[in-house]
Amino acid sequence: MIDRDEVLHVARLARLALSEDELEPMARELSAVLEHVAKIGELNLEEVAPTFHVVDVTGALRPDEPRPCLPREVALAQAPAVSEGGFLVPSPQA
Amino acid sequence: MRAPQASLFGLACEAKMSDLLSLSAAQAADAIAAGSLSASELFEVYRTRAAADRAAGADGLNCFTWVAAQRPGESSPAPLGGVPLAVKDLFCTEGVPSQSGSRILEGYEPPYTASAVARLCAAGASLLAKTNQDEFAMGSSNENSAFGAVRNPWDRTRVPGGSSGGSAAAVAAGLAPWALGTDTGGSIRQPAALCGIVGLKPTYGAVSRYGMIAFASSLDQAGPLTRDVRDAALMLGHMVGRDECDATSLAFPHEIQLPTAERLDGVRLGVPEELSGEGVHAGVLDAFRAALVRAEELGAQISDVRLPHAPHALSAYYVIAPAEASSNLARFDGVRYGLRVADAAELSDMYTRTRHDGFGAEVKRRIMLGTYALSSGYYDAFYGRAQRVRTKIAEDFSEAFQQVDLIATPTAPTVAFKLGDKTSDPLSMYLNDFCTVPMSLAGIPAISIPCGLSDGLPVGLQLAGPAFSENRMLDAAYALEQALAFDGSAARV
Repeated sequence: MIDRDEVLHVARLARLALSEDELEPMARELSAVLEHVAKIGELNLEEVAPTFHVVDVTGALRPDEPRPCLPREVALAQAPAVSEGGFLVPSPQA
Repeated sequence: MRAPQASLFGLACEAKMSDLLSLSAAQAADAIAAGSLSASELFEVYRTRAAADRAAGADGLNCFTWVAAQRPGESSPAPLGGVPLAVKDLFCTEGVPSQSGSRILEGYEPPYTASAVARLCAAGASLLAKTNQDEFAMGSSNENSAFGAVRNPWDRTRVPGGSSGGSAAAVAAGLAPWALGTDTGGSIRQPAALCGIVGLKPTYGAVSRYGMIAFASSLDQAGPLTRDVRDAALMLGHMVGRDECDATSLAFPHEIQLPTAERLDGVRLGVPEELSGEGVHAGVLDAFRAALVRAEELGAQISDVRLPHAPHALSAYYVIAPAEASSNLARFDGVRYGLRVADAAELSDMYTRTRHDGFGAEVKRRIMLGTYALSSGYYDAFYGRAQRVRTKIAEDFSEAFQQVDLIATPTAPTVAFKLGDKTSDPLSMYLNDFCTVPMSLAGIPAISIPCGLSDGLPVGLQLAGPAFSENRMLDAAYALEQALAFDGSAARV
């Protein structure tokens, strides 16, 4: 149902590297699960509205008032690498 | 504070220890309030036991990912009076490791505490330990953890269920008086069933999700894993309510009462054949049916109800939950916290390899499944349809609750299975959840109580009710619990 190329495509979308020996099992396992869940295709759902959320809440917004947020040094404290008050990452096009 | 009792040796000491361990959390809180029990003594007893399990590693039950070095300050004479609390790893706890069972959050110590934990601590609970779990709560056996598998205290060659497996095993084994877990498709109820304790998933929105490391946001709910129904009510009562940090949290429409019912007169219990027949093991069904006979003796009216779309719930769930997970887990990219691979050449290489190294096999599978279901060309066939099935499942429940007050099913189709039995076949693992996911998709509350043994292993009975019917559900569960008089002491270590 889902082949090696499709696994590589989806992995790219998910920003997930997969090693060579992960590809075949992933294709097999995803196919088995998708085959099972595809049974919902047998139901007639044309007139049915989707449920994205069971709770009917709208406009649950707090007043937009300035207030202190997480201090910068606390926000940076858990980062693998920081520089000049920001998160340090490798260059995008090195 | 009273003088420590450590000078009592021999039998007197053992008897005292066993007395302490047999107290429920509610009884311990009462004893502390009455002055007959010292909160620090109780904490130390549990802390020592939890630390021993942690130190034993794979030779123990492996319930914990972190154990407090000491009691966190003096508690106020708040209602929970300093009763120790074990908390699933995925709850953020300020300055205390919180990894959601994943390598990708190695060393992460959050700068804030989850609202559910903060509320329990404000009510007087003392943080005892963080509990092992399936990575990002994805699993039904607690074998998908960066900290290793948890063992079932009834039989150490078997799984405790998941994903709140550490919480369930710790409570069953008497390593914690009670524990906090989360349930997305059964992750409180199923391990509670497999470990012979009580587990409650509240109505969606009843408890704030703020500070829970997210799995599937439209399904995740925090709830209690406890020795008895009264403890579940006590913990729930101190957690519910609107929290401005979670826009989907709701004001609970009434107070949570401690249950007192002794009878089930007038309670209409519906049994859906879709969740209590085919696919459920014979021994589980025997215990379930015997419990229904007891319910009838207590005055309950038992009838058949139909949930025609329930057989499709598992399929809808295994589209919706992975789809939401693939989005929620996008935040783990090696930039702000946790793991980062050391030698990345450029940014996208850093993202993809950090995620490769940091996530375990099941999490990768769910991310892939969810990304696929949301990807161009497949969205309507999978995610769109699953959301419509969700509507039908919620409608099935609404119709059933026109005829009955509560629905009763087995919690899990089997008793605890052997470690390693289902790890090679993800689909067979997912099938463990088929009795619990329908309630999750509908957002309704459900509780699992132990109802007997099959082959010497506990069987859980699940009661589910309409949204916000927790009081009625707890009362019925309590009455049934008293009548069944399940003895879980064999699991104590």
